Amino acid sequence: MIVAEQLAKQFDDFVAVHDVSLRVPEGELLALLGPNGAGKTTTVRMLSAILNPTRGRATIAGFDTVTQADQVRQSVGLLTEQPGLYNRMTGLEYLLFYGQLYGLPDALSRERGLAMFDRFAMAGAENRRLGEYSKGMRQKVGLIRALLHDPPVLLLDEPTSAMDPHSARLVRDAIYELRHDRRTVILCTHNLYEAETLADRIAIIRQGRIIREGTPQSLKQQLLGRPQMELKVDRPLNGQIKELDDLVTIEAITGSTIRYRVDEPERVNPQLVRRLGELGLGVVTLHEISQSLEEVYLSVVNDER
Amino acid sequence: MSSLPLTLPIKRHDWRMAWIIARREIRDSFRDWRIILPTIFLTLMFPGLLNFTADRILALAAEYNPDYIADRLYPFLLMVVGFFPASFSLVIALETFVGEKERKSLEPLLAAPLTNGQLYLGKMMAALCPPLFASYLGITVYLVGLWFRQGVVVSFSLFSLLVGLTTVQAAVMVAGAVVASTQTTSVRAANLLASFIIIPMALLLQFEAVMMFIGNRNGLWWILLAQLLVLVVLMRMGVKMFNREELLGRELDQLQLGNMWRRFWLRFSGRDTHPAFHPLTWYRDTLTLVPHLRKPGLIFLLAMVFAGLLGYYMINHYPPPEQMYASLFGEERQRYLANLQLLTQQLPMTIFWHNVRALLLIALVGIFTVGMADIGFFALPWVVLTYVALPMSGIGENPFLFLLATVVPHGVVEIPALLLAGAAALRWHVVVIAPPPEKSLSESWINAAADYFRIFIGLVIPLLFLAAFLEAWVTPQVLIHFYGS
Repeated sequence: MIVAEQLAKQFDDFVAVHDVSLRVPEGELLALLGPNGAGKTTTVRMLSAILNPTRGRATIAGFDTVTQADQVRQSVGLLTEQPGLYNRMTGLEYLLFYGQLYGLPDALSRERGLAMFDRFAMAGAENRRLGEYSKGMRQKVGLIRALLHDPPVLLLDEPTSAMDPHSARLVRDAIYELRHDRRTVILCTHNLYEAETLADRIAIIRQGRIIREGTPQSLKQQLLGRPQMELKVDRPLNGQIKELDDLVTIEAITGSTIRYRVDEPERVNPQLVRRLGELGLGVVTLHEISQSLEEVYLSVVNDER
Repeated sequence: MSSLPLTLPIKRHDWRMAWIIARREIRDSFRDWRIILPTIFLTLMFPGLLNFTADRILALAAEYNPDYIADRLYPFLLMVVGFFPASFSLVIALETFVGEKERKSLEPLLAAPLTNGQLYLGKMMAALCPPLFASYLGITVYLVGLWFRQGVVVSFSLFSLLVGLTTVQAAVMVAGAVVASTQTTSVRAANLLASFIIIPMALLLQFEAVMMFIGNRNGLWWILLAQLLVLVVLMRMGVKMFNREELLGRELDQLQLGNMWRRFWLRFSGRDTHPAFHPLTWYRDTLTLVPHLRKPGLIFLLAMVFAGLLGYYMINHYPPPEQMYASLFGEERQRYLANLQLLTQQLPMTIFWHNVRALLLIALVGIFTVGMADIGFFALPWVVLTYVALPMSGIGENPFLFLLATVVPHGVVEIPALLLAGAAALRWHVVVIAPPPEKSLSESWINAAADYFRIFIGLVIPLLFLAAFLEAWVTPQVLIHFYGS
């Protein structure tokens, strides 16, 4: 659905994006993760046919972003970091205006707009001036605007970056809702929690280059090693630990608790529990030690430095 | 951009899309009390105030020549009534273009399926419609008041002139504001740049007022025409500049002199294409720039033809004084020729430096006149030459012999040098009207400037040097040969 091949953008002497290649299939949400000035916004602007790439090419829903810019704009819903609303318009007027720009009949814009106001828990606010909306509501109106013409592709550029936690949560929930719609989404963010919660895949961009790409799980595995587990048994382990060496790699033992790494927890953990039973040890708890995306991100970004 | 307001016919769909944008903004303007209150004052109360002013002045002047004063005063006040609300267009335009950029509401609009041309047209209409509506309303109120109070009905010609002036002035201000807006990211910076529009417009208004008081209506029609030309140039610049790349490619109003100089030097030295500098390569590359001057060169040749026609027109309307030919071909001719011989020893360098200075000055003025000065200064000598030479046949002298003796010997070298310098300057200066699509405006401008200086130093200066020696040493000898006793 979204294909970018060696996309590059240069502003005079400044190269904002170097050879970015991306492939996002239909229904997938890709989080483009990176620090400020990494090239996320410029990439999104190229993908939404606002800026022309200096090199490379991109297609959205099969349309070329340079030669078929109009079709690309019809196929994309863009939510910018700041929603950029017209404060003197009401929510509904604003949506009717954008509906007209996208060639929708007013009745359809109204119907879709009201339905989405309802879906995003803003029913009744559509006739209020946009200047009176809270930040979270404003961003949600931006999201409704992006969805109004029912585009197959959504490009969300740092949708929660300027928000308080409550508003950010509202918008994140709204984006999460969209996963049911089978839309293809690129979410630019530097919020690691947001990326981890919402994304099917993550691409980390730094200084205009994609430096890592994969599912949150595979990135963690690549960069932080195999999953780490913690197991607690009903009495101290003493010398019996040697009996487990062929199954897992033990990292630490503290009294009755062991920490180990394992390649395939789904296959190995049941075997391990059985083995412990055979040794006369009862399993009290067994859980994976969560390795946060933050560690992955910092590891990648610091490595690149 | 699929359609440009000035280069391609505007389709119905373009108008429709532009109107969607304009309608929203017009509605927005009419919800802003800062616009509504002054508009009401200027359209409804101000014309009444000027009607009252007219009454008082007429009462005061009744004992002198009231008809004469009325003839001058009514149109002047009508102009004021029309211009005041129209001046709002500048404020609205700045708000419409750069204000939207500052409030970050432009990007969603740029992501919509609109061409750059439709966006530009919509914004122009949004900035023009409310002030012009207010302006026409003000004019109507004033004229109705004049009719009721004084029984005066303004002629259709005067009415058309003033409506035309008001409309074109508003459009020029809006088109100028678009150009200023595209170069800034904040309303504050745009307001500062707007002084480049306000100051010339204020001076122009004063000039128009003077023309109105001296009763030169023809002059005002010419001013209207000149403003129309400026409007076309500004709109062309605006259409080229008001595009997604220019609007979003600039994040800060920052002048990076170091970068600019580096880019200029890379282009000028040819290091952008050949990292190692070699004079022969530099010269060869400079020569490859000459074919790029074909279009501006053609404009200059057309300007020469136009200058000749203008000279011919002037001969017919303002015949040259007879004394001029008396001094050129009369008894004093021998004295001139003798003096010329004496001067030739010092002349070459004087001529050379004069030409270099003049060309550089013209290039400098050309920056601010978007190339108009380049064409104007190039054409002027040809007007004079035609004006002086053509009537010679009437007094028994051969004009072609005169041109052959005075211009051709050094002109063979000097005219190509002037054409090269002029065409390179014009190519540089019009970049702002039509920058190449693949480069930013600043990049194109700096590259064209570097190309100008390459051509100037590499080709024009050597030619001017040679021409100066020919002009000093050969031309006088040819003159003496043909006209000496």
